[in-house]
Amino acid sequence: MNLFTVDGISLQFGGLKAVDNVSFSVSKGEIFTIIGPNGAGKTSIFNLISRLYDPTSGKLFFEGRDITEVPPHQVARLGIARTFQNIELFENATMLANLLVGRHCHATTQMWQEMLFLPSVRRAEKDHRRKVEEVIEFLDLQAYRDKLIAGLPYGVRKVIEVARALCSEPKLILLDEPSSGLNVEETDDMSFWIRDIRSELGITVLMVEHDMTLVNRVSDRVLALNYGKVLASGTPSEVQAHPDVIAAYLGA
Amino acid sequence: MRFVFKTDYDQDIRILKHSGYWWSYGVLLAVLVAAPFLLGSYLQSQLVFVFIYAIVGVALMILTGFTGQASLGHAAFLAIGAYTAGFLQSHGVPFIVYFPTAAVLTGVVGALVGFPALRLTGIYLVIATIAFAFIVEEVLARWESVTHGNEGMRVRTLDLVGVPVPRDSASFYFLCLLVLVGTVLLALNLLRSPTGRAFVAIRDSETAGKSMGIDLAAYKVKSFAISAAITGMAGVLFAHKMTFISPEMFTLLLSIEFIMVIIIGGAFGVHGAILGAIFMVMIDPFLTALKDDVPVLAASVASSFGMAQDAATLLQDKLSKIGSAAGLKGAIYGLIIMMFILFEPYGLYGRWLKVKLFFQLFPLYKRATFKRQKTYVKSERNR
Repeated sequence: MNLFTVDGISLQFGGLKAVDNVSFSVSKGEIFTIIGPNGAGKTSIFNLISRLYDPTSGKLFFEGRDITEVPPHQVARLGIARTFQNIELFENATMLANLLVGRHCHATTQMWQEMLFLPSVRRAEKDHRRKVEEVIEFLDLQAYRDKLIAGLPYGVRKVIEVARALCSEPKLILLDEPSSGLNVEETDDMSFWIRDIRSELGITVLMVEHDMTLVNRVSDRVLALNYGKVLASGTPSEVQAHPDVIAAYLGA
Repeated sequence: MRFVFKTDYDQDIRILKHSGYWWSYGVLLAVLVAAPFLLGSYLQSQLVFVFIYAIVGVALMILTGFTGQASLGHAAFLAIGAYTAGFLQSHGVPFIVYFPTAAVLTGVVGALVGFPALRLTGIYLVIATIAFAFIVEEVLARWESVTHGNEGMRVRTLDLVGVPVPRDSASFYFLCLLVLVGTVLLALNLLRSPTGRAFVAIRDSETAGKSMGIDLAAYKVKSFAISAAITGMAGVLFAHKMTFISPEMFTLLLSIEFIMVIIIGGAFGVHGAILGAIFMVMIDPFLTALKDDVPVLAASVASSFGMAQDAATLLQDKLSKIGSAAGLKGAIYGLIIMMFILFEPYGLYGRWLKVKLFFQLFPLYKRATFKRQKTYVKSERNR
């Protein structure tokens, strides 16, 4: 069953076609990777999915529902969470606060109740905290609960961003270059986590990645892009053997 | 140094994290309750101003410190609160009605200001709020049937369910203290719940906030509304403290004073608003004393170092002329802001935390602990 479908989507900035008529679909429980040289339009596709950009044409479907017109803040509520290539954490807040923001789409309390901190707010807060703790446990982040993000190393921030996305209990998680800036050990950990996210939490993974070792280890299917166009799609080995992909990376 | 052993999620939710805070804040509250019986009327009156400034400070802290939306229009919100009180009181409406009415009305105006603010950031937002403040000032001067224009408006003694609360009484002091404590609690409650975290998220990364499900527009408007409503309440107290209000009291300089409250206090915590308010209220009498004493002192020092008498008198005249020059206060305020931003960007509360840490870690404190570093990981692309 297709969890998520991109149907002929295009994004144009003036005369530049960042994404040109791209179609693909992601099945439930799959790890789907988008690869491509720099500027191929990978992150643009992510920004289209999380509705930061409006597509010039084409449609997005999530669980059979057209989400092309959904406002960006409702995407999370539908069950799509994302991370960012250059880390967009809330720097001057603690890790716990960051992860709790990830629970925002599940917030049930009204502002006036929160001002008085009624028992219902306290109960909701504890429920959020319990969920957050599950994620902390899952990604081994116990040491950083009360640390400010601004003081944490890059590798840890990268994991925290994944954690924040997981806190919203998504059905589909978008990972934008989960291994960029990580060292070999951290990349190793990341590849295990990505597989665990799929197999233990049952979350479908859509990621953009440059590290081909990681791609080969975790992906079920790969889509190769260049200049906004689809070059090839299929299993990692098929895509890597595809002549157009080799040409795009190495020059023909 | 204290290590809090956490065994319960409630420990992270509590406002006072451990027994030490109960002691220190308990003593602070006891001192504040005892103050009107121990202090002279001048200091008591100054404390009332500290409370009013601190209430506005907390309001501005919610908007600027936590949501990251700068405002130079808070004098206008204060004015709306003050004039609502003055107008309704003169029509026989009791305090327990016009106090919340002023808050609600100012909150609604705040929300309306918040809407255009959705599309503006940084300096443009500041300009928009200044424009709003000028509009309000002008309306107050022109709408004579309600505001009595530039003549100003008398505000009669506050009447709390039949009991008069004169501006210099201990009961007025306690009323202001009560409102301040209430406001602080309200702000802290917001901060430990989803709304407050959404505010902080908007401040630190709008893009990430959006993709985490935060409706930026709704939360910015909420932040403006709450901030304005609280300032409106402070406005009511301000009107009763001044007993006379006129448009020229709510100028840009007052808005700047409010911004100074949070910059000097430290724009990252509610403590900052209080410390900044103390600083701002106390700087004024200090500057006045300086203006009166420095010329005399300088002249006497100069003459004792052998300056001729007439030259010393000339020096005294010159200095007192400089001291009473128009706009000097604004210039000094500007200088203070610059000094704080350059040398103490985390304000008085930041300094307090550093001093506290120094003693907690003594003798292991390292000078580099708070050294500021540049980081290069933040992306500006999705803004």
